[in-house]
Amino acid sequence: MLRTIQIILWAAVAVVLGYLALTRFQDEPAATSFRPTFALPDETGTVRTSGEFQGKHLLVFFGFTNCPDVCPTTMMEVAEVMDVLGSDADEVQPLFISIDPERDRALGLTEYVTAFHPSILGLAGDDAATRTTAESFKIFYDRDADANAPDGYTMSHSPALYLVGPNGDWLRQYSYGTPAQEILDDLKGRL
Amino acid sequence: MFKPLLFTALLLPAAAFAECEPVVVGDLSVSAPWSRATIGASRPAVFYVTITNSGSEDDALTNIASPVAGMPMLHETVVKDGIASMPHAMSIPVPAGETMRLAPGSYHGMLMDLTGAQKEGDSFPVTLSFQNGGDVTIDVPVLSLRAEEAECAAAP
Repeated sequence: MLRTIQIILWAAVAVVLGYLALTRFQDEPAATSFRPTFALPDETGTVRTSGEFQGKHLLVFFGFTNCPDVCPTTMMEVAEVMDVLGSDADEVQPLFISIDPERDRALGLTEYVTAFHPSILGLAGDDAATRTTAESFKIFYDRDADANAPDGYTMSHSPALYLVGPNGDWLRQYSYGTPAQEILDDLKGRL
Repeated sequence: MFKPLLFTALLLPAAAFAECEPVVVGDLSVSAPWSRATIGASRPAVFYVTITNSGSEDDALTNIASPVAGMPMLHETVVKDGIASMPHAMSIPVPAGETMRLAPGSYHGMLMDLTGAQKEGDSFPVTLSFQNGGDVTIDVPVLSLRAEEAECAAAP
């Protein structure tokens, strides 16, 4: 029964999304892309905005540092990509945007991201700014109550890696588990 | 002259192999354990392993314990409809005649409340408790932060 309701709800979501995609496409035939924006503080408190990265490709991952499996796997791939890019690495800025900002700030964001690669910039805003950023990137995250987890909750989130172009356009996503080599091949063709 | 050399040459792979030797208890063989270096002690460590059940009776991994973690738990990474979540796994099935891998993007042990940071090259014991097979303790090597798989091959 629950399963049926779930299927119906997802079908409804699909219809709505399909309709939105269609109307958007009709309004702006050229624009299947969009421009995600953000204004979020780094660990020092300096607000970093999407505008300041104009001219660079952004590799954006949403995650939380208290995450032992999914997040390290993706961060590791980003690190691999940055290492292999060599001199082209200047044209790519990897960003880790915290979806669990309060706890991540307490645990230390820069310590976490730079352990994977020194080029990765960690950003953590307040709840409102984080929600706005996620909506801007059209990604999902939620806090799941789990009495057995540390602090009584864990996070669920869109685990993909997002590529934003030098003029701020959303270009594509690399779904969770995409090998570093595939990301590299795609990225090199764009630099 | 050549004999000691030959002897050493024979011993070397055996010694390397010894560390990768699976721990066998009854029908269960536990092999290829590994963990990743942690960033400090306040974030969880991960535990991956391969379990083969060569018996005719289903079993299940119900618990893990380690002296380095005050709060060890079994989790499963689930990616469904584009959303990753990490539900607590009450137990991990190890069906008769099958091999279950705790691996990135799937089942894993999450070791919370660490006694200290786990550094590359360290190792720590983990005791796995099975529903029928009892307890199995294995030494878990800590690999680099960027490791993707065990250095030891899983037991066949």
